[in-house]
Amino acid sequence: MKVLLRNPRRELDVAGPMSITRLLQQLDLNRESVLVISDGTLVPGDATLDDDASIEIRPVISGGQGPVR
Amino acid sequence: MKCRVCRGPAVIDLPRHNANFCVDHFLRYCRNQVERAIHDFSMLAPGERVLVAVSGGKDSLALWDLLGDLGWEADGLYVGLGLGDYSDVSGDHARRFAQERDLHLIEVDLRASYDFDIPTAAAVTRRVPCSACGLSKRHLFDAAAVDGGYDAMATGHNLDDEAAVLYGNVLRWQTAYLGRQRPVLPAGNGFPRKVKPLVRLTERETAAYCVLRGIDYQVEECPMAAGNRHLGYKEVLNEMERRSPGTKSSFYFGFVDRAVDRFADAAWSGGPSGGVGFDDGGADDGAAPGADPPRRALGPCTRCGAPAESEVCAFCRLVERAGGAEPVPVAPPRRRS
Repeated sequence: MKVLLRNPRRELDVAGPMSITRLLQQLDLNRESVLVISDGTLVPGDATLDDDASIEIRPVISGGQGPVR
Repeated sequence: MKCRVCRGPAVIDLPRHNANFCVDHFLRYCRNQVERAIHDFSMLAPGERVLVAVSGGKDSLALWDLLGDLGWEADGLYVGLGLGDYSDVSGDHARRFAQERDLHLIEVDLRASYDFDIPTAAAVTRRVPCSACGLSKRHLFDAAAVDGGYDAMATGHNLDDEAAVLYGNVLRWQTAYLGRQRPVLPAGNGFPRKVKPLVRLTERETAAYCVLRGIDYQVEECPMAAGNRHLGYKEVLNEMERRSPGTKSSFYFGFVDRAVDRFADAAWSGGPSGGVGFDDGGADDGAAPGADPPRRALGPCTRCGAPAESEVCAFCRLVERAGGAEPVPVAPPRRRS
């Protein structure tokens, strides 16, 4: 699956299928700090992403750019 | 995952409320939270005119959208800070939002109106950019609200912002700032009423609101604030929130309900005025980033008429020092490791 990260903008290729929870753990991201978006809407937290999925993991914390993860 | 209200497919889970929501009921939840904040803290009365501080980011655009949805006449004010591409993009987002909704957006550009920008001011004053930025925005927002006859000025500060400021001020026991950390600052001494209607919503919720409402906001963050202490506070709090949902709300609203009055005397007796409310490597008083400075004023500034503690207000003193200085390019700050 294609995963778009922001701040800074970069793309990752991650093998699916994978749950949102597992994906965020793998990327060391706190679910309180991000939204998972696909096709202009939110991806529910209990979703499992297929190998051909394309998503954006958008940081929601404002106040400056955080460390690159 | 099913919506708590209608049992339809949910798009977002809110662990702090032990609830999941579909699109429609999440948007309703957001409106309800803002309405409740406005009511509980007597922020706005029906029919009052509001000036919204707009940056082009998720919080200010969500706020402007929600206030309109709830029936308040709200204009926006955007301040061009001269941060290169970042400012260009943020201004575009603000303008597009206003045009699409036929809203009135007032624009003030630091370089055009005062012959300086934030990177230049930071270099001239040898202080962190956030200091000049906060000072300039507060001055210009206050002035626009008063000059425009608005009943209140609204900012997009959310629960994460307020909890992080509180956390920082508690770490340093900044009692003067603790005494002023309320969702509403009343009008007085020439200052307008200042309200924070988003305080019951987290950043994740305001971002989700924008996505689901189709509000195109600036996702990129300020290049000059990278790695600042405020972000660190938010990371710590979000880790606590992840482990124990509801922590941020308990911390902040517990303080507002049971502790802020204990610091009321300190609120008027300490701390400098004029915009030093940011603490990222060398601010004067060590207050947490985003903290509201004292609103003491002895009289009007002899240059601009704004409330001032001395003959010339802090903003005019900044203009005097930085106006006309050789422009400095935008660069990420060097931070202590």
